[in-house]
Amino acid sequence: MAKSLDDAHTGPPHAQTAIEIIALNKWFGEFHVLRDIDLKVARGERIVICGPSGSGKSTLLRCINHLEDWQSGRIVVDGIELTDDPKQIVAVRRDVGMVFQQFNLFPHLTVLENCTLAPIWVRKMAKRDAEALAMKYLERVKIPEQAQKYPARLSGGQQQRVAIARALCMNPDIMLFDEPTSALDPEMVKEVLDTMVELASDGITMLVVSHEMGFARQVADRMIFMADGQILEINEPQGFFDAPQHERTRLFLQQILR
Amino acid sequence: MVSTTAVQFLRQAPAPSLPPPSLRAGVFGWLRVNLFSSPLNIALTLLCIGLIAWVVPPLVRFLLINATWSGSDREACLASPANPNPGACWAFIRVWFSYFVYGFYPIGQRWRVDVFFLALAFGIGWLAWLRAPRRDIGAVYFFIVLPILSLVLLGGLPLLGLSYVPTNLWGGILVTIVVATIGMVFSLPLGILLALGRRSRIPVVRWLSIMFIEFVRGVPLITVLFMASVMLPLFVPEPLAPDKLVRALIGVALFASAYMAEVVRGGLLAIPRGQYEAAQALGLSYWRMTGLVILPQALRVTLPNIVNVFIALFKDTTLVFIVGIFDFLRTVEVARGDQKWTSPVASLTGYVFAALFYFVCCYAMSRYARRVEARLARRSALKRR
Repeated sequence: MAKSLDDAHTGPPHAQTAIEIIALNKWFGEFHVLRDIDLKVARGERIVICGPSGSGKSTLLRCINHLEDWQSGRIVVDGIELTDDPKQIVAVRRDVGMVFQQFNLFPHLTVLENCTLAPIWVRKMAKRDAEALAMKYLERVKIPEQAQKYPARLSGGQQQRVAIARALCMNPDIMLFDEPTSALDPEMVKEVLDTMVELASDGITMLVVSHEMGFARQVADRMIFMADGQILEINEPQGFFDAPQHERTRLFLQQILR
Repeated sequence: MVSTTAVQFLRQAPAPSLPPPSLRAGVFGWLRVNLFSSPLNIALTLLCIGLIAWVVPPLVRFLLINATWSGSDREACLASPANPNPGACWAFIRVWFSYFVYGFYPIGQRWRVDVFFLALAFGIGWLAWLRAPRRDIGAVYFFIVLPILSLVLLGGLPLLGLSYVPTNLWGGILVTIVVATIGMVFSLPLGILLALGRRSRIPVVRWLSIMFIEFVRGVPLITVLFMASVMLPLFVPEPLAPDKLVRALIGVALFASAYMAEVVRGGLLAIPRGQYEAAQALGLSYWRMTGLVILPQALRVTLPNIVNVFIALFKDTTLVFIVGIFDFLRTVEVARGDQKWTSPVASLTGYVFAALFYFVCCYAMSRYARRVEARLARRSALKRR
């Protein structure tokens, strides 16, 4: 069952399964938002989840780092079983980075401080090391020159790239992307997707909720289609796009690809 | 939808960026735009000029031109052939000034109060000057060193040769400053804790916070002060009962903290959910998230309201007189009743002096807060540029 914090550091990171979700059910009041979700994500696997709005895909993603709780079922991340125990939750969150639709940068901190906050306070890193690490990732997302600015001074695309760098600074094993390009102006979508493509080539485990089908085709190992709180289809991208099996998938793809 | 303009267009040369046209020319331009732009505006302007002309000259005459600046008793401030309409009796203030500042604090020991004022001013200056060096040490000085120093200085420590001065001898501006400072220093952290408690997921913490806030807010300060000074000794055996001034201090601090809690809660409500989620997703614990992400933003939004509570608190310190403590306003009242100086203008001057004191302190706080707000806004524009 639940492993202790210490175990989390020795055994599990080598486990072949990054995320295991077993018979997950969640309700918002009367509304059955997640129904019988079973999913196993292998280490290094890149998964893109799509589906109509209200299908529960964001909620599913947010359960994986316990931003949402659930009523029945189990989630094991990196060998750590998520329970209500704050220690387990924090242990999982240290290993799981998340990028939000609305960026959610901390407006009162500079770009650099946004990136060093968690390494300093959660990983107990020295300030200088944390700053070096932050600059490394800011260079990777190609905005080291903005390090001293406040987020409000950056464009949406730049803010989202900072958010990616901020998550990477915790050296996560798993990255969750919750519609990372949906709030962006069209001309900024590409810079964020390019960053994510580059990240995908690094072998980090990625779960992406997105409707960017070009991106999905390019990087996904598996596609997941969700509707009405259920997983309706899981397939390799080729099969998923060229020969969708479920009728709802076909309908959905017709609508968004046109 | 046929238009007469060309359907096709291709710009040949880039449009230059020009400076904005100048709308206001000099003083008269400004006057016309700001004071005389419409009939209503003209009427309001004339009304204001009339009001100023009506109020200001008599005020200046009373406070300065006809004022009595020196004298040894009420004779100086009474109507005389030389001064048929006597103005403010500043001589009265001069004679009583040291009482207004120190109360009955023993005359030989008053240097201790002066040192306290200096030490306090130094601490406030250190923290308030935003570019001061090592403000972290300043905070340690202000919140740890200064209270101990003040207690030893004002209360006395025979070991160091500082004779014991009971608090019933303290008075005047000294007491007002002590009550206000303690009230402010304690009400902010207490208020923050209560505000967090009110939003806590733990029911007991939440209920206790709500009960405290609603009870204290629903009761006048005078009642809280009475309860602190009359009811506390009922629960605590007499020898252990805290000093009368301490009781009033506790009452004022608790009262202000209830208001502060609601002000801070308002700031917390302004923080979007995404900020909490981003902090949690990074693995920050509740207290780290609160201290590093949520509160810095919430307090920034709340700053004007916090200062508002501080200003109200500063003026509310005048109410401690009802439990027999001689604050500044009370010393003015006492001096006013002095037979040697009884005259209508002496009382009036006393109140004018008190009003000036409170106004200067409160206005300084307000101006300082505006500067901090402006600085914060410049530094990290919360809104998009």
